[in-house]
Order: sequence, then structure tokens, then C-alpha cells
Amino acid sequence: MTNVLVVTELQDGAVKKATLTSLTFAREAAKRTGGNVQALVIGSGVSAAAEEMSKYVAAVHTAEHESFAAGPVAEAYAKVIAQAATAAGAAVVCMAATFHGKDVLPRVGALLNAGVASDVLGFVDDSSLTVTREMLAGNVIATVEVATDIKCFTTRPTEFEAAQALDAVGAVNALTVELGELRTRYVKFDAVVSERPALSDARVVISGGRGLKEAENFPNLVEPMADKLNAAIGASRAVVDAGWVPNDMQVGQTGKVVAPELYFAVGISGAIQHVAGMKSSKVIVAINKDPEAPIFQVADYGLVQDLFKVMPELTEKI
Amino acid sequence: MKILVTVKRVTDYEQRVKIAADGTALITEGMNFLANPFDEIAIEEALRLAKAHGGEVVVVSVGNKDATHQIRQGLAMGGNRGILVTTDANLDPDAVARVLVKVVEEEKPDVILMGKQATDNDANQCGQLLAGYLGWPQATFASKLAGLESPEEKAQKPGVIIADGKAEVVREVDGGLETLELTLPALITTDLRLNHPRYTSLPGIMKAKKKEIKEIAADSLGVDLAPKVREISYAEPKARSAGMTVESVDELLEKLRNEAKVL
Ligand SMILES: Cc1cc2nc3c(=O)[nH]c(=O)nc-3n(C[C@H](O)[C@H](O)[C@H](O)COP(=O)(O)OP(=O)(O)OC[C@H]3O[C@@H](n4cnc5c(N)ncnc54)[C@H](O)[C@@H]3O)c2cc1C
Ligand SMILES: Nc1ncnc2c1ncn2[C@@H]1O[C@H](COP(=O)(O)O)[C@@H](O)[C@H]1O
Repeated sequence: MTNVLVVTELQDGAVKKATLTSLTFAREAAKRTGGNVQALVIGSGVSAAAEEMSKYVAAVHTAEHESFAAGPVAEAYAKVIAQAATAAGAAVVCMAATFHGKDVLPRVGALLNAGVASDVLGFVDDSSLTVTREMLAGNVIATVEVATDIKCFTTRPTEFEAAQALDAVGAVNALTVELGELRTRYVKFDAVVSERPALSDARVVISGGRGLKEAENFPNLVEPMADKLNAAIGASRAVVDAGWVPNDMQVGQTGKVVAPELYFAVGISGAIQHVAGMKSSKVIVAINKDPEAPIFQVADYGLVQDLFKVMPELTEKI
Repeated sequence: MKILVTVKRVTDYEQRVKIAADGTALITEGMNFLANPFDEIAIEEALRLAKAHGGEVVVVSVGNKDATHQIRQGLAMGGNRGILVTTDANLDPDAVARVLVKVVEEEKPDVILMGKQATDNDANQCGQLLAGYLGWPQATFASKLAGLESPEEKAQKPGVIIADGKAEVVREVDGGLETLELTLPALITTDLRLNHPRYTSLPGIMKAKKKEIKEIAADSLGVDLAPKVREISYAEPKARSAGMTVESVDELLEKLRNEAKVL
């Protein structure tokens, strides 16, 4: 029992980039346990995704069931992951700390009697499985050790590079899925359709806050600039709560963590809970008319001006 | 219907926790403590569900005696009675979940409502662990289709729809909103946009003083309280190096192009 199992997350049948970042963690973990890396692909009709994953790992386990076509259900997926962990001889089970990973992996921990470290940033040394993670909205970095035989980790996608494919191709093995009685039914998914790059993958992110004054100023002032830069659009909690933009645009402690090359905070004060979600960005630009706003403490470039004047000019000249 | 709702006593998110000089402890003496903000949302949802369907709301916390304050807050909002599982140890979410299993076996609720995440450890695990141990269906990160500014919210309607022994929950996930239907008993964790929690009123606070809070010693439950995830040490995050103020859009663009080379 020294292997590492990485749970694959799919979107429209394709492997999510976040999974490849968790795979980098998995390879590092396997160096420490002395085992190999295996992947689990769960869904309905997953042969393409399994083939894709086989380029990265020693073995791929697939778990298919018609009920998985509707969408991922934690109650069912946790059972499957626990079974696969046993089949894989896993000492470590990991998954990207996306909404899905955060939902399902702790439940797997309960089924395997395994401790779970959430939203892990990396290892502390070259030999142990001791890791770091943030607490208190990023005010504290804790060093933690999972004390159980099997150890579960959700890994923060922005902290790991996406893994590269290997020369050898791993074998694919279909697991027999035993779900037992389930009391969850997947009813539906209401997608928020967007042509823009995903927040978590974009090279440039432009986030708007309450300083934008009203909902219409997202399309009026933020979108034209985002169009020009092919940027994703983010938001502070204040404007998500106000219903100006959908909730999956929230950046922060309780929203998404992003780390683009270039992050614009427009009319955002820079509360610690917001900063927790963007402080690893390579370059941060803050546009805020209040010189005392805490966002300037994390910004590389601060422009203390009225955003209603700055945004049209910036969009035009960029 | 019986609803069990959990509340964790956490440090005030407006204040900064200090780290001991040797890095082995967090210093919380003298700090303000609050009910975890997500748990206030869970309590609010529990109260709305109890109002809509009839039933009892039991507020549970695991912690030292001071957590009585946070249970009282839940009772002042309208909860019926409280349970405090006492321990001076700093339990990890897994130990809390296994303690809560014992409470659930005793109380047999139809619905458990919890916050999605405690703002001190930011673990986001306890509900999923408890549901896993109980073998109950779970819906984490509950939200609602109508936003917080909607007439439904202003009318204080629950976001979770319960009918015929089933709960329909809208969840926040990547790329949109997902709807799950859980057969009761079931566990739900709350996201920020499920509701606006009510404030406690003076009459509410007066009434809460008379409500029962049962105390149970965690040691008496036969649960191994040792953490599965051990916190070994703590450190401050690396600070970003100081930035600069630019005077104009032109200067900003010049810097982004020639200095940072990101445009
Ligand atoms: C438990 C918890 C979790 C939270 N999680 C998150 C989270 O994940 N993400 C998050 O973002 N927040 C989160 N918050 C909320 C956070 O504390 C702040 O309240 C929020 O980030 C503030 O949003 P804002 O900066 O848009 O609004 P404000 O703080 O109101 O700031 C608006 C800014 O706009 C500026 N401004 C106004 N007009 C103009 C103008 N014309 N030109 C230029 N600038 C202007 C103002 O100077 C001000 O600095 C959380 C809070 C709690 C309690
Ligand atoms: N000690 C505790 N007492 C009561 N509830 C708790 C405790 N710890 C965690 N919880 C509940 O579990 C949720 C998630 O916490 P966590 O997994 O620690 O982030 C919280 O919002 C609480 O509802």
C-alpha cells in the first residue's frame, strides 16, 4: 500500500486542467511513498478521458454507471473513490480543491477512516508527506501532518504546475461499481454560459467591486476591457451578494482562488477575505479612489483615481 | 420535523490571530469570538424551515464552556434548545464529526444544517465527514436560485425546499447552479448566498436565557478525540514586496508593458 490515486475531474467529458495540477502533487507524493501514480475516472462514457489520463499515470481505473451521466453526486462518488483506493493499493488519495473536490473528498475520508488535509499548498521537505495549508483567510500558513495510514489531500490548483504526459502509457482497468442504496438524485444543472476564459485558467483577470456602483457597470466598464485582453471577469463578495454577477465569479477565501499573470482590482477595497483569493497573482493592479484602501498594500501598481474616468481610458489605450 | 444545526465558536474575522514566537501555537487570548458566519446562515435556514413546516431547532456546539455564548445566540435568534459537547481540546473536523455522530444517534434529526466552512481553520470538511459517517445524503454549499435581493428572500422563505420526505437543494458549483434532491434524513451545508441571517432582538435574548442547554462531556462519548490531521506549526504568509503608485493610465500601461512585461 504505497501508491497514489488521483481522482480525475471531468467537464463535458474532458479532463479538467485542475486535475493535472493535482497530478503534479501526486507524482511528488509517490516519490515519497515509493509507489506509483494511478488515476480514477468516474462517469458515464469515459473511455476518451481514460485514454487521456493513461498518458500520465501507471494505471487508470474507470468507474462507469448510467446514473453518473446526470452529474457528480458526492454520496455515490465517495463510495466509488473509496473502492478504487483499495483496488489501487493507495496510501494517498488526492484531488484538486475545486468545488467538486471539496465536496467529495472529505466524505471519502470518512469511508476510509483517513485524515483529509484541505486545499494544500505544497510539501515542506523532500522526504515526508507533511504539507502546508492556509488558515484564517490566509493570515496563517499551517504545517500539517495527516496521521492516518491512508492520507487524503485536496490540492490548490494555483500552487502546482499542470503535469506533462509520460512516454509510457498506463493500463486501463474497469472497476465493478457497487453503489448500494443511494438517497441523492441529481435533478439538474443550470449553467452560467460565458464565452470568456474560465476564471481559474485565464492569463488576465479583471475583478470588479462595489466601487462600480451598479450592476450595469460590469457590461459597461469591465467587459469592454476584458474583451480586449481576453480576460476572465471576477468579483468581490459585495457585488455577488448584491446579485450584480453570478456567484461563481467570486474571488476570495470563500470563493475561487486565482493566480493569473495579471490581476486588476477595480473598485475593490481589498478586505483580507478578498485578498486571500488573489494574492498569488503575478502582477496586481489596483484602481481605487481611496489612497488608504488596503488593496494598495498588495498591489504592484496602484492608480488612485476615479474608476469611471480610468476604465474607459484604459480600455481605449490598452 | 427536527432540525439539528451546528455552530462553532471562532475568532472574529476582523481581527488578526497572532502566532507564538516558536511557531507552535496560535494566540487567541484577548480576542473577540463569534459564531462562525456560515453557521449563522445555517441557523437562519433552520428557523425558516421550522416556521414553514413546524418543528424544533436544536443548536449544537462542540467546544469549551465559552461556546455557550454562541449557542445562546442561536437560541436568541429563535432556536428551541441547545446542546454543548464540552472539551478543552482543540478538535479537528474529523473528531468533531465523530462526536456529532453520537449526538445525532441520540437526537435523530430529520435534517442537519451546518456551515460549509469554519473561518478559523478554513477546512470545509466537517459536514461531508459527518454525512459520510452517518451514510446520509449530503448537499454542500447550499444556495438558492433567487438572489439575496429577491422578493423570496425579503419574504424570508427557506432556500431549501422540503416536501414528501425529500429536500431539494440548489448548490453553488463551478460554472453554475446544481440542484439535488435528497431523501431525508439528510445533511446540508450552507454557502453565503443562502440567506441573510436575522439579528437577535432584545426579547429574543431575554427568552434565550430561559432555554435549556444540555451539556455532555466529550470524554464520556467513547470517541477517540486525537486529531487525524495534526497541526505542527504556524507561520506568517510571505508578504508581497511593496508596490508603487502610478499617476496616470499612460504610466500604468508603460509599467505593465516595459517593467512587468505582462501586456
Ligand atoms: C466569512 C466571510 C467570508 C468572506 N469571503 C469573501 C470572499 O471570498 N471574497 C470577497 O471578495 N469578500 C469576502 N468577504 C467580504 C469582505 O469582507 C468584504 O466585505 C468585501 O470583499 C468587500 O467588497 P468590495 O471591496 O467590493 O466593497 P467595499 O469594501 O465597499 O469597497 C469598495 C471600494 O471601491 C472604492 N470606490 C468607490 N467608488 C469608486 C470610484 N468611483 N472609483 C474608484 N474606486 C471607488 C472604494 O474606495 C472602496 O475601497 C467575506 C466576508 C466574510 C465575513
Ligand atoms: N467545534 C464545532 N462545533 C460545532 N460545529 C462545528 C465545529 N467544528 C465544525 N463545525 C461545523 O462544521 C462546519 C464546517 O467546519 P470545518 O469543516 O471545520 O471548516 C462549521 O461551519 C460548523 O457548522
